[in-house]
Amino acid sequence: MAKQMDRRIIGDLADNGVDFITSVPCKQLAGVIEVLDQTPAIRHMPSNKEDEGMGLCAGAYMGGMRPAIFMQNTALGVVMNSLATLIQFYQIPLPMLISYRGEVGEPVACQVEMALHTKAILNQLQIPTYHFHTPGDADELPGILNHAQMCRKPVAILTDASFWRAAA
Amino acid sequence: MIRHDVLKTLIPVISDQMVVCNIGAPSQELFSLDDQPTNFYMLGTMGLASSIGFGLATAQAKPVIAIDGDGSILTNMATLATIANNPRSNFTLLIIDNGSYGSTGDQPTYAGARTSLAAVARACGCESVVEVSAKDTAGAVSAALQADEMTVIVSKCDSGNVPAPVIGMNPITIRERFMAAVAG
Repeated sequence: MAKQMDRRIIGDLADNGVDFITSVPCKQLAGVIEVLDQTPAIRHMPSNKEDEGMGLCAGAYMGGMRPAIFMQNTALGVVMNSLATLIQFYQIPLPMLISYRGEVGEPVACQVEMALHTKAILNQLQIPTYHFHTPGDADELPGILNHAQMCRKPVAILTDASFWRAAA
Repeated sequence: MIRHDVLKTLIPVISDQMVVCNIGAPSQELFSLDDQPTNFYMLGTMGLASSIGFGLATAQAKPVIAIDGDGSILTNMATLATIANNPRSNFTLLIIDNGSYGSTGDQPTYAGARTSLAAVARACGCESVVEVSAKDTAGAVSAALQADEMTVIVSKCDSGNVPAPVIGMNPITIRERFMAAVAG
């Protein structure tokens, strides 16, 4: 069941001009994906794997659309090459709304393993990274989306369990 | 006929069309044969030519031809399901299937053995799928451009490469001139 926060995030993306989103689902992103599918202004094309999604986004961008991707932090293990050799090398702006699994409140122990590497990978790739831990952190989203377009880079928005639990 | 021969026969058909070309030898050979602003060369990222081309076809109305290879389709085979389930009539996927990883020393792929990429594309839900010989490829691409239907073409050709220099063009230049051609 979508929350007000899910509607607000999709609203901010649409207001920024994002009109193409690809996704690989996560339970924490179920609400935003539900709202996305009710938002005709944004074309939603689910991917089977996140590196495929990076390809779709690169193509959509070159065709004049403004893409974004929704994915889980575990997918950073999948997309490193695509981020470095496609999105960064060709300077394609790409907001990545990432479900940050494995933080406090996580019920699945295995998720902690990739949580330990998440910020290190993003740091190693020199990707601007923003961590939404409390609902107020989402106030930064419009600015982050502008920043991605301005610097033509991928940016990571990590949304953890505390953020989603506290969000109305 | 090897890939280079197929590309040569394709030039009159694709020269002024939007082309997204696979990493390595295919891009290098196309660049040497007929560099055009309408060509997007992949300098890295194996496997994503078909996804990039499909994203481009989704975003705008001009015809788009993605030139992919059997090895790279095998790397990103699930994108055939994405393509099949969101069909775009302006998209043509040309899989040059020489049964080998051409850019890395012609090691055999499974597509050259028991796996049929045409059958995989059909099983994924692609409706118009044709498998053609190397010499019939240009005709098939020409027909696909005229048809008001998304087409997947599997072009069966021989393994082998023609020496072509590495593309020295800056990736931003490749992207910007390609985007200007797309928008123009």
